[in-house]
Amino acid sequence: MENGWQKQYSLRKFKEKIFLWSVFGCTAIAVLPLLLVISHVFIKGIGAINLDLFYKLPTPVGEAGGGMGNAIVGTLILILLACSVGLPIGILGGIWLAQFGDGKRGLFVRYAADVLAGIPTIVIGMFAYTLIVVRMGRFSALAGGFALGMIMVPTIVRTTEEMIKMVPRSLYEAGLALGIPTWKVTLRIIFRTAWSGIFTGIMLAVARITGETAPLIFTAFNTPYWNLRLDQPMASMTVTVFNYAISPFDDWHAKAWAGSLILIFTILGVTLLVRKFSRRVQYG
Amino acid sequence: MLKSKMFKRLLTACFGLFLLAGMSLALTLNGAGATFPYPIYSKWIYEYNKETGVQINYQSIGSGGGISQFTAGTVDFGASDAPMTNSEIAKVGGNVLHVPTVMGAVAISYNLPGVSELKLDADVLADIFLGKIKKWNDATIVALNPGVKLPEDDILVAHRSDGSGTTSIFSSYLAKVSSDWASQVGAGKALSWPAGVGGKGNEGVTGIIKVNKGAIGYIELSYAMSNNLPVIALKNRAGKFVKPTIASTSSAAAGAMKKMPADFRVDITNAAGVNSYPISGLTWILVQKQQRNAEKGKVLVDFLTWSLTTGQKFAEPLLYAPLPDSLQAKVLAAVKSVNY
Amino acid sequence: MMQIMMQRTGDAWFRTITFLFALSIPVLLLLLVIILLGQAMPSISHSGVGFIFSSSWDPVKELFGALPYIYGTLISSLIALIIAVPLGLGAALYLAEVSRSKFKEYLAVMIELLAAIPSIIYGLWGIFVLGPWLANYVQPALRSVLGFLPIFQGPASGLSMFSGGVILAIMILPTIAAISREVFQSVPNILKESALALGATRWETIKLAVFGPARSGIMGAIILGLGRALGETMAVTMVIGNRPQISASIFAPAYTLASVIANEFAEASSGVYVSALVELGLVLLFVTLIVNGLARLLIWKTVGKSNTL
Repeated sequence: MENGWQKQYSLRKFKEKIFLWSVFGCTAIAVLPLLLVISHVFIKGIGAINLDLFYKLPTPVGEAGGGMGNAIVGTLILILLACSVGLPIGILGGIWLAQFGDGKRGLFVRYAADVLAGIPTIVIGMFAYTLIVVRMGRFSALAGGFALGMIMVPTIVRTTEEMIKMVPRSLYEAGLALGIPTWKVTLRIIFRTAWSGIFTGIMLAVARITGETAPLIFTAFNTPYWNLRLDQPMASMTVTVFNYAISPFDDWHAKAWAGSLILIFTILGVTLLVRKFSRRVQYG
Repeated sequence: MLKSKMFKRLLTACFGLFLLAGMSLALTLNGAGATFPYPIYSKWIYEYNKETGVQINYQSIGSGGGISQFTAGTVDFGASDAPMTNSEIAKVGGNVLHVPTVMGAVAISYNLPGVSELKLDADVLADIFLGKIKKWNDATIVALNPGVKLPEDDILVAHRSDGSGTTSIFSSYLAKVSSDWASQVGAGKALSWPAGVGGKGNEGVTGIIKVNKGAIGYIELSYAMSNNLPVIALKNRAGKFVKPTIASTSSAAAGAMKKMPADFRVDITNAAGVNSYPISGLTWILVQKQQRNAEKGKVLVDFLTWSLTTGQKFAEPLLYAPLPDSLQAKVLAAVKSVNY
Repeated sequence: MMQIMMQRTGDAWFRTITFLFALSIPVLLLLLVIILLGQAMPSISHSGVGFIFSSSWDPVKELFGALPYIYGTLISSLIALIIAVPLGLGAALYLAEVSRSKFKEYLAVMIELLAAIPSIIYGLWGIFVLGPWLANYVQPALRSVLGFLPIFQGPASGLSMFSGGVILAIMILPTIAAISREVFQSVPNILKESALALGATRWETIKLAVFGPARSGIMGAIILGLGRALGETMAVTMVIGNRPQISASIFAPAYTLASVIANEFAEASSGVYVSALVELGLVLLFVTLIVNGLARLLIWKTVGKSNTL
């Protein structure tokens, strides 16, 4: 008897070891290509990083100096525009799905979000082109922001829903028992508890649209000049990087890598800033 | 609370910025189209802006995109590596002028360590891309290259997977010289390829050639030159083996001058001339003959005139072939005829 | 009484407003389908049903068949999921439940950042680094162990369905890992603690107390990852070889729906051709619809109906 118990115990310990090693192995294998890609970009890009890149306008091949200041600003504006489309739909839609989306209508919305996630971004670009560019008669930041916002929606809506559902039911009931209306409980208690996870979803979506090229070419277009007007073509980092990366010239290739590096660090900066800021709100 | 205050401030700041920017916005001409001339057009626009302060914005969205945006009127001018077809011209009511700007050549590049010189003729080239010739030491290749030691490696054909003017030039050449190619594949920007793998863009095909031993593919000359890839000397109409260079490209346009139509929509592949490289092509800017906006029309005509004269000297350093003098004079006259 | 009524209206408003925003998602999708259908009409009448079942795609002769692309899309996404799901979930478990080091926070942020690298950069990295490595080391290894299966036969090549699947896996890993990590972390501690208090090992705790409540969230993460894999264009195009064929071996080149749209749309100008490309977009939409539906059915069958699916 005692022997059997011991056997079982060592079997359990063995399983535990296998588990620990395999999740560690998964992490290592998962992180490896990611590290490789980042270090590849870093090695190729770091040499071409200089101050000019951040505030000057693009120059043609062979011209010394020059930067992508307008594209950095343009990318930030496009992200803001995209967020103003993607966040309300994503977050409020996600709240509805989590709180009221049990029935057929919920199934329908959820299904739509999942299908939207699989549509190639270039097709979403075509959609924004037909809907906005053709009507306005010209390319504009608005069209680009709309396309990017639409790309953000599925990620945000699904993470918001899942994260809110993970909040223990008891917390919700405790709020209701205090006589607080549902909407207040949801926004003040449930939403805040789920915020960290929702935020991860938002950052994933923002990171994703920051790296998108295809939906911008036929919407926001691009420009080598400064522009802050939303009804005009808007420069973006990815389109600039794309143009440089596919050219035959080393000069531009270096700028493409440097641009990608800046892109990664811009997102890093935005993530850290917003994380800090959102924490202050949460506890302030 | 804090959030909404910050947000309001941010919004006010943004709004102020837009107002400010709106006031200072200069006249900007937007153009879109072919990827191939993007580096030279950027250079012209940059230099012209330095000289005159005029803002022109050219974006490479592809030749097909250039034609459809030009037709839709979302841009002030289009650009394409392949001329508009008759039905496309009909869609804009015939209101289009094709302005040739520079020229390029399609190089056949390969990866065979130790083989730096290789000659091919049209038939063998077609058979390789048709997948009929599968090994590098095939008798037909050996016969054209006496003294060259060819390995027994498999040939990996690399072609463009995206629609492109490069493919259009390459395939219209093969369709002209090989009846098999004309009947089985044909000419176009995107094809149903009988053999090989597809790479996206010139950079994609260049990448495939670089990392795969035994690969052969067609790319724009500038990519072969900047990547130091060996190129094939191709037998031209006069029977001479010619490598793609800037000079042999310009020579092809000069050789095609006799048959130059008034609207410049010409295919200069397999052109006459002893030194002509057979797979060469023009690239065009598309403008409305009858401009709708006088101010923009004048700027556009001035810019085109400048590009065709002063601008031509920037072509060679960026690995494009300038227009031969005979063609340049004709094009300038046509640009003058634009009404605004 | 007054207060209760106000509460009621507040709640009703809340419900209506959130519902309207939720509703905008299917509405946008519907609008998209209508616009696509309108533009695909010429192609639908040109090719008919043959569009889905024919395997020749020849813009010159205006023959359009989508079968090899559908096949390529399904298989490359499947390969991506087979690689990315276990890795992503394992990494998420490690980051959420096992590791106690401070470093893991940075690791989590880094994983999120990867989504921001422009896909052309993934593509170029794929051609020059990943493709050759897979062709020289991974494919020969797979063939020597599993070579008796037809899917692992044929010459190794960096430009293959396999390379396409692997690069997709790398691209969807951040989505799956980051979201499921959050899901694991938000499983109430009380559940984990109860299991641990009963003497369960960490593996048993996760099996007993974490997987249950996290199930729906994990599925959400996987479905989002799958969506990205089905619709990704640039990076896949760079390494998949772009040959429209249906081949048993995953070492042979292939082609996906999203790739062909991205490849040919910018240069297409003739009516039927553009229309056929738009129809490919519609086909992809239906493929996504069916794949998502099947995934739901599969889960209902195996773990029972859950209100999240």
